[in-house]
Amino acid sequence: MKFGVVVFPGSNCDADAYHAFKDALGQPTTYLWHKDHDLQGVDCVVLPGGFSYGDYLRSGAIARFSPLMQEVREFAGKGGLVLGICNGFQVLLELNLLPGAMLRNKRLKFLCQYVTIRVENDRTPFTRKGTKDQILRIPIAHFDGNWYAPPDTLKEVEDNGQVIFRYCDPEGRLTPESNVNGSLNSIAGLSNKNGNVMGMMPHPERAVESILGSEDGLVVLRSLLEKIS
Amino acid sequence: MKARILVSFKDSVLDPQGQAVRNALHTLGYAAVRDVRQGKVFDLELGDISRAEAERLLPEVAGKVLANVVIEKYAWQILED
Amino acid sequence: MNTLHDDAVLAQHNLTRDEYALIVKLIGREPNLTELGIFSAMWSEHCSYKSSKVFLKDLPTKASNVVQGPGENAGIIDIGDGQVIVFKIESHNHPSFIEPFQGAATGVGGILRDIFTMGARPVALMDSLRFGPLDNPRNRSIMEGVVSGISSYGNSIGVPTIGGEVYFDECYSLNPLVNVFCLGLAEKDKIFYAKTEAPGNAILYVGAKTGRDGIHGASMASQEFGEDTEAKRPNVQVGDPFKEKLLVEACLEVMERRIIIGIQDMGAAGLTCSTTEMPAKSGNGVEIDLDLVPQREKGMTPYEILLSESQERMLIAARPDQVPAVKAAFAKWDLDAVEIGKVTDGGRLKCRFHGEIVVDVPVTAVVDLCPAYQRPWKEPVTPARRAAAIAIPLPTNYTDILRRLLSSPTIANKEWVYRQYDHMVQTNTALLPGGGAAVLRIRGSKKGLAMTLDGNGRYAGLDPRTGGKAAVAEACRNLACVGARPIGVTNCLNFGNPEKPEVMGQFKAAVEGLSEGCRAFGIAVTGGNVSFYNETEGLAIDPTPVLGIVGLVEDIDRIVTPGFKGAGDTVILLGDNAEDFGGTEYLEVIGGTNDGPPPDIDLDREIAVQETLLQAITEGLVRSANDPSEGGLAVCAAECAFHSPEKIGCDLAFDEDLRPDAVLFGESQARILLTVRPENARRVLDIAETRGVPARAVGTTGGAALRIRVGGKLLVDLPVAEAYRLWMDAIPNYFAATKSST
Repeated sequence: MKFGVVVFPGSNCDADAYHAFKDALGQPTTYLWHKDHDLQGVDCVVLPGGFSYGDYLRSGAIARFSPLMQEVREFAGKGGLVLGICNGFQVLLELNLLPGAMLRNKRLKFLCQYVTIRVENDRTPFTRKGTKDQILRIPIAHFDGNWYAPPDTLKEVEDNGQVIFRYCDPEGRLTPESNVNGSLNSIAGLSNKNGNVMGMMPHPERAVESILGSEDGLVVLRSLLEKIS
Repeated sequence: MKARILVSFKDSVLDPQGQAVRNALHTLGYAAVRDVRQGKVFDLELGDISRAEAERLLPEVAGKVLANVVIEKYAWQILED
Repeated sequence: MNTLHDDAVLAQHNLTRDEYALIVKLIGREPNLTELGIFSAMWSEHCSYKSSKVFLKDLPTKASNVVQGPGENAGIIDIGDGQVIVFKIESHNHPSFIEPFQGAATGVGGILRDIFTMGARPVALMDSLRFGPLDNPRNRSIMEGVVSGISSYGNSIGVPTIGGEVYFDECYSLNPLVNVFCLGLAEKDKIFYAKTEAPGNAILYVGAKTGRDGIHGASMASQEFGEDTEAKRPNVQVGDPFKEKLLVEACLEVMERRIIIGIQDMGAAGLTCSTTEMPAKSGNGVEIDLDLVPQREKGMTPYEILLSESQERMLIAARPDQVPAVKAAFAKWDLDAVEIGKVTDGGRLKCRFHGEIVVDVPVTAVVDLCPAYQRPWKEPVTPARRAAAIAIPLPTNYTDILRRLLSSPTIANKEWVYRQYDHMVQTNTALLPGGGAAVLRIRGSKKGLAMTLDGNGRYAGLDPRTGGKAAVAEACRNLACVGARPIGVTNCLNFGNPEKPEVMGQFKAAVEGLSEGCRAFGIAVTGGNVSFYNETEGLAIDPTPVLGIVGLVEDIDRIVTPGFKGAGDTVILLGDNAEDFGGTEYLEVIGGTNDGPPPDIDLDREIAVQETLLQAITEGLVRSANDPSEGGLAVCAAECAFHSPEKIGCDLAFDEDLRPDAVLFGESQARILLTVRPENARRVLDIAETRGVPARAVGTTGGAALRIRVGGKLLVDLPVAEAYRLWMDAIPNYFAATKSST
């Protein structure tokens, strides 16, 4: 399965994602430059973390106008797999490929730390190798990870099973403390209605080797390997 | 031609930065300040376009780029000089 | 002498009459105002090291693994397999007092440029921060601004901040210290230097546009603060980490493709520095047209263009045939790349403005011929030996003292700080922040890089020579505790006003101590920074030499961490306890004093202890290791408990005939507390014996409390959970008081 990692000016987790898919998962992987109009026939587009355009104006607000995003929108519309990680998630929100928007973390500080997240939906291309309520230990690193949506959008997201991950404590409980950035309903990752586009704030590419502290990110990466029939 | 666009959070959205500013003002003794909401000011310098064109351009730029309409609202004005 | 510039102008430019006379002699006439500005910046303390050069000659700068020593943008050490590390530490103290956020942010930006300008991708940042006590809101505000500034710049550019240190002392209240360290990885045959090589080559300006920021920033760093400090605010530059990220990618690309000859970043003294240092190194000259320099403000004068310290700019020398490819590479990243001049012979810097030559000076005069001063120095007076032992009465409640020490900000947990730094980006961080040293794995190999920043202003304040030695010893000990051997040093020397003989004497002695320490460990100093004039209204900081030492880990799967690994392990103490109270955190927090000689540094003992540990680690025997520093053995043991995931406690006993508070909280050097499985204890003690190192089993891990007996009496009995809460909450509590809760 071929993966493409989009590079915007200011992306800085692109190399990390590249290594995760190429070395840890052992799959052909290529970089996709934001100014090009060619997805190079990849099976899954990855929008990596970082500070595209410095997070100036709003995180992801300028990146979403990049030329390549036209192709990404079409690709997603046809059911192609798109994974947005951290800043990538923010870009997908600005593109309206995912519902809602990001606000500043509730404690107004950048947070880099390990968190535990709970798998809410194990029937997506991104979580097939996991099980419902499974707890994954994956790091976050962001300033604007506080997901928000107006009440009717939130209801739709919940009712449609679009919530993929929630922040939880190590025992799987949803508590105010474990919701470190204040996201509505402790949402850490969600998908579109069709389930082929997912955004998550935690960084699975940072949890693919034991030397880095956790291999739980591989649950997401390995799930992607099973092609939709 | 100079124009100004103001962007701020919609009323229903929590503004923790505005809260932090309000609390700081209270700590400094300004109890009369009941609430603070933080926003952004964009001052634009426009080229030689007609007023009508500007009145079309400004809300488009505001809604499409400068504000995220899921969480933000905007107001715009042409500045008389 | 009749001159163009009166005393007031010279004073504004921080030049003495004698220096002015020398300038006139060197260039054969009086300089115009722009040329005066050039000399002012380049002959400032910050750029020329005029007060320190003479004393820095003592530092050991050569070793078999040194590829580049002091004198370039950064130092370079060979780490084998065709790779080198490029690293350096820099200070941004004065700007961080004026405008904490931007001062610290641009400090990060500056040191990053020093690294990638040599062809290395930056892979790690560390910072050493010193503030006044946190009960003062101004110190809290400075700390908040500095940490946010470092966080915002480092995170945005995608280089992990993986370690550092934070200290609090009154002497830093009006003179906070912000020392930033950066390390990059490069291939040995792809290193780039600041040079122009040959006449006819093109000079290109790349990066951000030039504005009026920071003019005379270099001079500001060479002066004390006084009452007009507020007015200096416009002198601090605003950083743009996004721009710098683009610059990193574009520069590394042109270096990878080898389409440039030389490159230098525009840091202190901006365009002036790069247009003089680059040709000076090659024996060339440079001619540039200031009208071609990209400017973001209207009506800038030559003086402003040349002395602006706008950030995120580089100067490149390339062959004329390479220029189009260089421009295309920068255009891809949406960066300006403008040919502003060419390399000449004749060794002069000539600048044109509106068609006229406005600057014409020999580059060597600017770069190499600043006088080196032999400033008068006074040998520091160190407190009499053992005087402090009597200073405080024997305590009655040792557990309580441990509580207080754990709550002291210098000792307390620093997660409030480092959680704001992305310390995982680039996915190489093998040991997360919180311990004595950070460790990166080197992708594609079994090796790793360990690094640490260490300094102790209190020891150096009491005895600068010892303070210098102690910094080396402690840093190397921190590396040994993770299983690494030191391979290179960079130093940041923070001192007061060198025109005062006591300060100059402190500097001389600290450098001598540093040198002795480095020679003993066989490591070279590859570069660094001197920051003088850390004084406000006459009150100086303690002399504070800070060292960045890098170590090599042979096998990344064998690194050792400080936390206890399980119950029932034997705890071994390497080294001796003595009555060392001088300069300790214990004396400061409990006794309210800071007197007495600092602990002795026996470098031979230090090396023997560390070699014992390293051998035991190689044999796979060591389960955890930590060295006692601030707060002594009791705090050291507590840290080991805190770093163990299950918060395992310990039961220790000491029976030497010393004051119990010396055993528990004294800061004797050359000690390490390690744990091993009981069956391996004998082997470790044997290794120690063959090296002449005192070593004994002092207890076992286990239980839920820290229990320490001295002379048969249980003096410390503190539940780990309680101790952990005190340690974790100390710093956040200072900041929570001023915010609303969520």
